[in-house]
Amino acid sequence: MKRSIGSSAIAIGLGLALAVSMAACGNNDKDKDNTGASKGGGDTKADCAAYEQYGDLSGKSISVYTTFVDVEGASYEESFKPFEECTGAEIKYEGSKSLTADVLGRIEAGAVADIVAFPQPGLLQQAVATGKVLEAPGAVATNVDQYWTASWRDYGSVDGKLYAAPLGASVKSLVWYSPDAFAQAGYSVPETWDDLLALTSQIVEDGVAKPWCAGIADGDATGWVATDWVEDMVLRSAGPEVYDQWVSHVIPFNDAKIVGSLTEMSKILRDDKNVNAGIGDIKSIAATSWTDAGTPILDGQCFLHRQASFYGGNFADEGASVAEGGDVWAFYLPSNDPSRKPILGGGDFVAAFADRPEVVAFQTFLSSPEWANAKAKVTEGGWTTANNGLEKGNLKSPVDQLAFGLLSDPSAEFRFDGSDLMPASVGSDAFWKQMTAYFAEGKSEQAVADAIEAAWPK
Amino acid sequence: MSGLAAPAESGIRGTGPGNGGRGARSGRPGGGDRAAAAKRRLTSPWASAIAVAIGLVWSVPTFGLLVTSFRGSVKDIRTTGWWEALNPSNWGGFSLDHYRTVLSGSGTANLADYFINSIVMTLPAVIIPIFLALLAAYAFAWLDFKGSNILFVGIFALQVVPIQVAMVPLLTQYVNLGLNASFWVLWLSHAMFGLPLAIFLLHNFMKDIPRSLVEAARVDGAGHVTIFFRIILPLMVPAIASFAIFQFLWVWNDLLVALAFGGNTPDLAPITARLADMAGSLGAKWHLLSAGAFVSMIVPVAVFLGLQRYFVRGLLAGSVKG
Repeated sequence: MKRSIGSSAIAIGLGLALAVSMAACGNNDKDKDNTGASKGGGDTKADCAAYEQYGDLSGKSISVYTTFVDVEGASYEESFKPFEECTGAEIKYEGSKSLTADVLGRIEAGAVADIVAFPQPGLLQQAVATGKVLEAPGAVATNVDQYWTASWRDYGSVDGKLYAAPLGASVKSLVWYSPDAFAQAGYSVPETWDDLLALTSQIVEDGVAKPWCAGIADGDATGWVATDWVEDMVLRSAGPEVYDQWVSHVIPFNDAKIVGSLTEMSKILRDDKNVNAGIGDIKSIAATSWTDAGTPILDGQCFLHRQASFYGGNFADEGASVAEGGDVWAFYLPSNDPSRKPILGGGDFVAAFADRPEVVAFQTFLSSPEWANAKAKVTEGGWTTANNGLEKGNLKSPVDQLAFGLLSDPSAEFRFDGSDLMPASVGSDAFWKQMTAYFAEGKSEQAVADAIEAAWPK
Repeated sequence: MSGLAAPAESGIRGTGPGNGGRGARSGRPGGGDRAAAAKRRLTSPWASAIAVAIGLVWSVPTFGLLVTSFRGSVKDIRTTGWWEALNPSNWGGFSLDHYRTVLSGSGTANLADYFINSIVMTLPAVIIPIFLALLAAYAFAWLDFKGSNILFVGIFALQVVPIQVAMVPLLTQYVNLGLNASFWVLWLSHAMFGLPLAIFLLHNFMKDIPRSLVEAARVDGAGHVTIFFRIILPLMVPAIASFAIFQFLWVWNDLLVALAFGGNTPDLAPITARLADMAGSLGAKWHLLSAGAFVSMIVPVAVFLGLQRYFVRGLLAGSVKG
């Protein structure tokens, strides 16, 4: 064995020596090509006044790593164009859906990009624990204080230190419905949770179709849709303070208040009269893909579907118009206490792994209203932010405007998706699986909560 | 392992490279009879029927995927099974829309660019391990040096090391060497992961070449280089081709190594990475996947069909002595 390692090391060494010399040549060629392309690509001249603070960054490049691919990724690249044109810097964008799986390995290997957009605060904490994440520079901290609420700053901080500024955001506390179907049946948008329950029984009585449709299947992530439901219910029936205690495990998962919230949810989702419109029975919730679950609304087979703001893209793909007077629209999932307006949502956080001046400049740009507005202008739909420097009118899609309106409402209490904050063995494992069992096997609320509590790392 | 080597020794001579498919041309009396006898011994109508049945069942999902890729209406794909598209009254629903979308590209780039990345990634990743493994196999088979058996076992033992274990250390090395984010990391990684099996397979084929052949060449004054190129290499073609198919399919279909080492950038990412992204960040456009899968399948299928006669022969090779 020893000999085998020795001789293969020599072979690899020789191969690599050759490789290094050739790779060096290859890289030079590539750099030339890229700078040529980025200079030629700028057809619209942006107003560069706001970018003067970043100075001249010609010839510098910054690498960015996010979870956004395809059309979404392209709109991010497009939104960096004004920065590239005004400062001369080049942004190397990489989007991969496997970011959550491989970013920690890349950090360890030293192969991580200059700037990474973490989709979960929990993952950001793990990254910070490696000691490689740099604290947010002063200009970024100033922007975060100026344009975001305190809870957003907290989600980007670890142990009180700000590491990452928020980037995009989504609102999950929305119920989709068809304005036409509502108008025909004479229903109105409910103002309180009790109104929503009353509307549900009204629809059941009228008997045109079952009121709710739902689906929580998503490959190996099956169950996350149901965890969002639970989080929304905890926010509403127990309140944001209890929610914070629950997420940070100050109170156990099987606390009576949490079981009570699950029971409240069961009034809608575990009643055969209410679900699963156009699809099947209660069990079909576990087997229906979340991407398909809301579409029966368009066929009039279903009246209500709770899903995040980004689901508007799925309706648009079906050819529906997503607007207040369109085929499908959404209302805020109400609570019974009119003085409080809890909002469940998600978002990304941008942390830096290098402190070169161009990286600091780009990080500052991403936390500025200039970037938020540039991003809004190039995005067809499915993106919003909690950056209150954004001009609402720049968002092209009405549902994004609705979501931004909720996020920037001063009376709203934003809470981050709890399953993203809990330890991975709960937030992306036991919680998902138990909620799937809750629908597929008909487990009781108490049994589900007990099983998740048992999975919490001691 | 022994299962692979066994047929070479157990005397299924009629199907060896000397006779298989070319038996009639061999001109040796009795060659055809022996082949027929072997055929009789190896076939039975029941086995054939079962093989055909398994083949059909196996093909059904792929066929369903093919039908789905031609269904134009997204709503139909979501709500009804693919077999309903086969009903003649629904034939109007077939269209090439998904193929058009996939090939013209609504996202960051279209599939054609990634095709080139895949080819650039795959060819060296197949050639490098074959080249190195041939040299190593020759040394193990024909050069007597101390510890060669232990070394050979050691190399094959590397086959059991999971790729995932090697990833972070390997990536660290690439970063230290300044190779990161170039095709070199993909070529070298695939070569490394493919080498243990390549050396093992090629060595087993090479070992079965009659010693007398090599010794005769040596008597005639041939050195190692001449023996390798003039005697061994021509006899090894079926084995090389069959390993090339294995390695080609593995590298072409790989997503893990490409994403972990190369990253998902338009400069480096192979077609599988684009395929994985095609449905969009939230999976809303999954109906495009069936068309994308068939586009990416074209090359491996062509390679397999083109080399399949070697594939069958290569698996049964080593029976030159027959």
